[in-house]
Amino acid sequence: TEEENTGARKIRAAFHVFDHKADNTVDVREVSTIIYSLGCFPTKADIHRFVDEVEEDNMGYVHLDKFLPVMTKVLLENKFPPIPEENLLQAFEVLDKERRGYMEPQELAKYMKSEGETFSQEEMNEMLTALVDEKKNLICYKELISQLTLDLDT
Amino acid sequence: MGCGMGKSSLQEKKSIRAALLIQRWYRQYVARLEMRRRCTWNIFQSIEYAGEQDQIKLYSFFGFLMDHFTPASSERNLISHIFRENEICRDTEWERYFCYKDIEVPDSYTGPHLTFPMTFCGVSKLVEAFKQKQQLHARYVLQILGETWRLLRILPNINHVSVCQTKEITICGDLHGQLEDLLLIFYKNGLPSSEKPYIFNGDFVDRGKSSLEILLILFGFLLVYPNDLHLNRGNHEDHIVNLRSLKSGTNLIHFVFARYGFTKEILGKYRVHGKKILKLLQKIFSWLPLATVINDKVLVVHGGISNSTDLNVLSNLQYVSVLRPPKVVHQTLNGNRNEGDNGPAEGRRRVRSLTNHSSLKTFPQIVNLLWSDPMPQNGCISNEVRGGGCYWGPDVTEEVLGRHNLQLLIRSHECKQDGYEFCHNRRVLTIFSASNYYEVGSNRGAYIRMGADLVPHFIQYQASRTCRDLTLRQRYNIQKRSALRALREQLFVHKSDLIRAYREFDPHHTGKISMRHWASATETVLKLGLPWRVLRSQLVSRTHYGMVDYQQWIKELSITEPKLEVSDTSILETMYKNHSNLETIFRIIDTDHSGLISLEEFRQTWKLLSSHLKMEISDKAITDLAHSIDFNKDGSIDINEFMEAFRLVDLSAHG
Repeated sequence: TEEENTGARKIRAAFHVFDHKADNTVDVREVSTIIYSLGCFPTKADIHRFVDEVEEDNMGYVHLDKFLPVMTKVLLENKFPPIPEENLLQAFEVLDKERRGYMEPQELAKYMKSEGETFSQEEMNEMLTALVDEKKNLICYKELISQLTLDLDT
Repeated sequence: MGCGMGKSSLQEKKSIRAALLIQRWYRQYVARLEMRRRCTWNIFQSIEYAGEQDQIKLYSFFGFLMDHFTPASSERNLISHIFRENEICRDTEWERYFCYKDIEVPDSYTGPHLTFPMTFCGVSKLVEAFKQKQQLHARYVLQILGETWRLLRILPNINHVSVCQTKEITICGDLHGQLEDLLLIFYKNGLPSSEKPYIFNGDFVDRGKSSLEILLILFGFLLVYPNDLHLNRGNHEDHIVNLRSLKSGTNLIHFVFARYGFTKEILGKYRVHGKKILKLLQKIFSWLPLATVINDKVLVVHGGISNSTDLNVLSNLQYVSVLRPPKVVHQTLNGNRNEGDNGPAEGRRRVRSLTNHSSLKTFPQIVNLLWSDPMPQNGCISNEVRGGGCYWGPDVTEEVLGRHNLQLLIRSHECKQDGYEFCHNRRVLTIFSASNYYEVGSNRGAYIRMGADLVPHFIQYQASRTCRDLTLRQRYNIQKRSALRALREQLFVHKSDLIRAYREFDPHHTGKISMRHWASATETVLKLGLPWRVLRSQLVSRTHYGMVDYQQWIKELSITEPKLEVSDTSILETMYKNHSNLETIFRIIDTDHSGLISLEEFRQTWKLLSSHLKMEISDKAITDLAHSIDFNKDGSIDINEFMEAFRLVDLSAHG
């Protein structure tokens, strides 16, 4: 079908960004980036399951022949759907107990590094650089959410 | 209702879910940016490797020259001229050549003064001086180089070092003339000493602006601590590679093709003695060790290995340029050809003549050490992307390491975003020390600290302070702009091939083709392996109903024509496309580095190149061409002027 063709093309294009030797294989460590870039929002656990399905016998690489059908299924079934803005906003508001509309960097860092699928120090540093308003030294999540979504679409 | 416990555990559950959501969202955001960054990176890397491929193609051109040499051919003088000066001379001649004693240091000189033998204070003084952007006087440069050469001659091809509990070793990767990175490493890690040994794993020069300063510092420490400072040769420590080093799209508005790196740096900094310095460096490079082994367990080499790597064989040979293989036929070219350098009899390295048959077998081994890259799949295949060396798989790693009783291979040669990267089940480690290599913010540099347990510890850094404060997105934008400029440059160079390819999809001469055809034709011509369909929107600003108006678009790449006026535009195109190789050949012909070659040499070179490229070109056309390039009409061609004619100005200036 037309939709399947478009989907397959997108998957191949994303795959080939990491296919350095043009032999239809990518390093297994790049798989998560590929999945995310196709508009999916898997958890780390989702990614591990996916990799288990497609990795070539623990050899550290993935062949397009295995990747394509599994990824196509993911897209067709919308297995890892995007997060609606309201849900994201609500999530911040859960952490921002006083509903101030902003969070201090240390506050957010504490949650990100101790709960859920925790961030490494490096991931945390990156996040803070991207999200913290320099002048106020605060994370004004309301504006950020819409701004960052816009960022990626341009 | 509900006791305090129940309420808080519900709250906890909610915050865990919230955290999970935010983490998921943020990781997706980062990954999408990473995807874009990676696309940009691929552009830089494919252009860089295409440039390296060119260098290896030069080697095949030399092979072609040698094969077509006959005593009767009129190009005999040219060919023997090319090869004569690049051969090894006798040691006594070199000693005389090295003599710095007649060079006086004037009172007006404000740079550092060195005394010999070199001391730790002397080198630290040198480091300080270079930090202050001073330049070392030619006399001292020649002195350091002379001492270095004498030392390197008695060092083995493979260094053996040991680390113990009280003595950790530091390993650095490619520096590529980026002095700021070396200074940053010394700042963070300390200067080399007998308590602080270092290994520098090749590619000290080319692309960056301070290749010579880096060499002088490294050689200085080598002289003071020969047992604790170890240098491995890289693929850029090679005089043929140095003659031409492509600096791909940076934030220069003027694209200057083939700003060959190191050679030009030296000639620019030392107008009187530059040629001598270059010749000595050429000599020194050929004597740099090939690899270092730590505690008989860790192998450190610049590029990598192949399935034929045999360290025992490599311990016993000598060679000049990795890009010019030894050939038995060499002897007929020039009667003066001697049997190779006769090093001191007590040297640990036995020297074999370049005309010795067995050298032909070991030569590819050396290329592999300096040019190869690892791949995830098993096997060993030739490295088409680089044009030299091989790709080797995890099975080759296991076999070679096993055969030599080693546990880890540390190599460099490939730029990594985080400065280092493991592969092959953590049996191969890439270390790269030139930060911001492709562009500001493109990557961090890193170095390794290793103790007696032989476990590598990494320290990462990024030299430019400004880029540390940039967000991911800002860094990405800078790199993207740069990469697109570099790409437009490549498209422009292949203008008429592209039009020809587009026309094949446009049988009715409408001037328009579909986006799909545009992408496919562009890849056929440029062969960069890039996703043109995705890039199209960044490169082609307007499309009509999914069709690309290619004539208009090519015009809009709007870069000025070169200043040469030649009636035959196809010759001009070919020159344009090959001008970086042409420049390299000119520089080789210009053996006294005067910057001039004769019309006759130009004519012969061009004739050879065009027959190598299988082009039809009449003698008259070449002669006319030669005359038109002789801008001063004085019978010789100024190479700089010639290259200046290919300088491009990007009028499109898309930002």
